[in-house]
Amino acid sequence: MKLITRTLEVFGEYILFLGKVFRKPEKGKIFFNKLISEMDMMGVGSLLIVAIVSITMGSVITIQTALQVESNWIPHWTVGFTVRTSVVMELCPTIISLLLVGNLGSRITSEIGSMKVTEQVDALEVMGINSASYLVLPKIISALIVIPLLIIISIFFALFGGYITVLIVQMIPIYDFVDGLTSFFRMYDVYYALTKTFIFAFVMSSVCSFYGYRIEGGALELGKANTQGIVVASFIILVLNLVITQVML
Amino acid sequence: MIEVKNVSKYFGDKKVLDNISTQFYEGKVNLVIGRSGSGKTVLMKCLIGLLYPEEGDILYSGRNFNLLSDDEKKQLRTEMGMVFQGSALFDSMTIQENVMFPLDMLTDQSFEEKLERVNFCLQRVDLSGSNGLYPAELSGGMKKRAAIARGIACQPQYLFCDEPNSGLDPKTSLLIDQLITEITHDFNMTTIVNTHDLNSVITTGENINFIYEGELAWVGTKDNILISDNELLNDFIYAQPLTQMIRKGL
Repeated sequence: MKLITRTLEVFGEYILFLGKVFRKPEKGKIFFNKLISEMDMMGVGSLLIVAIVSITMGSVITIQTALQVESNWIPHWTVGFTVRTSVVMELCPTIISLLLVGNLGSRITSEIGSMKVTEQVDALEVMGINSASYLVLPKIISALIVIPLLIIISIFFALFGGYITVLIVQMIPIYDFVDGLTSFFRMYDVYYALTKTFIFAFVMSSVCSFYGYRIEGGALELGKANTQGIVVASFIILVLNLVITQVML
Repeated sequence: MIEVKNVSKYFGDKKVLDNISTQFYEGKVNLVIGRSGSGKTVLMKCLIGLLYPEEGDILYSGRNFNLLSDDEKKQLRTEMGMVFQGSALFDSMTIQENVMFPLDMLTDQSFEEKLERVNFCLQRVDLSGSNGLYPAELSGGMKKRAAIARGIACQPQYLFCDEPNSGLDPKTSLLIDQLITEITHDFNMTTIVNTHDLNSVITTGENINFIYEGELAWVGTKDNILISDNELLNDFIYAQPLTQMIRKGL
C-alpha cells in the first residue's frame, strides 16, 4: 500500500515537473543554441556505440537465425527476412533505446543532478528563469529528433552487420540473404518501430531529467538518482513496448 | 528596503523559522548571523523566493511578494542578485559567459552593451582579464568574486550573499567583505549576508540580525554586538577561545 502511495506521489511530481518543463522558452535564440548543442552531444556522441552494438547485434542474430532454420524445407531467404523483421521491429528500437537510457539517460541525470547539488539550478531560479524549461526542454526535444534518427541508422548498421557476416561465413548464399532482406517489406513495420522509438525517447529524456531535477542533497543522492532514473526509465520502456506492440500489431 | 513581517516556515511538523520580523536597509550591509542549522539559509531562501513561508509577509520596497502576480514576481527577481555559498557558477560556461548570462536572459541589450557591462563588473571585482577562464580554473576567492560580478550584472536593488566567506582564508575573506561593502555603498543596494564569520560581523555589520533556533534573538550593529548582554548572542560570539580571550581583555 505504501509502495502504491509513493509511486502515485512520484508520478504526480513527474506530471507537475512536465507542466513546468513545457513552457515557452525565455529566449528563442538561446533555446535554439542549446537545442543544437544537445543534438550534437546526443547524436554525434552516441553514434559510435550505436554502430558497434548494431553491427554485432545484426551479425549475431543472422548467425542464430541461420542455425535455427537449417533445413531443406525452409528456403534460405527466410534468414534475411527474419533478420530484417527482428531488427526493424524489435531489436533496434528496443535494445538500442535501452542502451541509450544507460548512455544518454545517465548523462542527463548526472548533468542536471550535479547542477542541482551545486546550487546552479537555484541560481537560475533566483534570476527568474524557469530552470526546468531552460535545462530540460532542449534535452527532450533533442531526444525526440535525434533518437529516431539514431534508430534508423542503427537498423542500417544491423542489416549491414548481417550482410557482412553472411558474406564472410557463407552459411547461406549472399543473394538469398539479400532476397530475404528485400522480400515482403511493409512500411507499417517502420512506422511501428519509429512510433515506439519516439515514445521511448520521450520517456528516457523526461524520466532521467526528472530524477536529476528532484535531487536533494549531495553526491550520494546523485549516484542514487542516476541508478533510479535508469531503472525506472528502462522499466517503463519495457512495459510500454508490450503495450504498444499489443495496440499496434 | 526589505521588511520581514511575522514570517514562519515549517518543514513537516518542525518550525524552522518562528515569527520573524525585521528590516533590511537600503545602502547597508545587513547581516543574518547564527549557528549552523539556526535557520539563516531558510530565511534567505524565503527572501529570494526559493521557499515560501507558511505564515507572514515579505515586502520589497513595499511590494508584498505573496500578493504579486507571476509576471511581477519575475520582474522582482530581475532586481535580485545572489551569491551562493558554493558560488554556483555554471561549469560549462566561461567567466564572461557566466556574468553575461543574466544579461542574455533578462535584457535585450546588444552584445557590445552586454560585453561592456561584463567588463565593468569583472573590473569592479578585480577580475579583469579573466573573461575566457572556466570556473574550474579559478581559486575559491576568484570564484566568489566572479559570482559577485554575476550577481551585480543586472544592477540589482537587492543583493543576497549566502556565507560568502566559507572556505576562504582570513585575508581573502576580508577582501570579499570589503568588496561587498563597497559595492553596496556604491550602488546603494540592500545587501543581505548570511554568515557566521566573526571577522565579517565586526567589519561589515551595519545591521545585524542574530537568529537562534529559528527565532530572531537580537538585532544591532557591529558597534554594540561585542558589548551586548544577550546571553544567547554572547554564547555564539564568544564560543571560540580566541574571542573568549578578547572578552576577558575587554
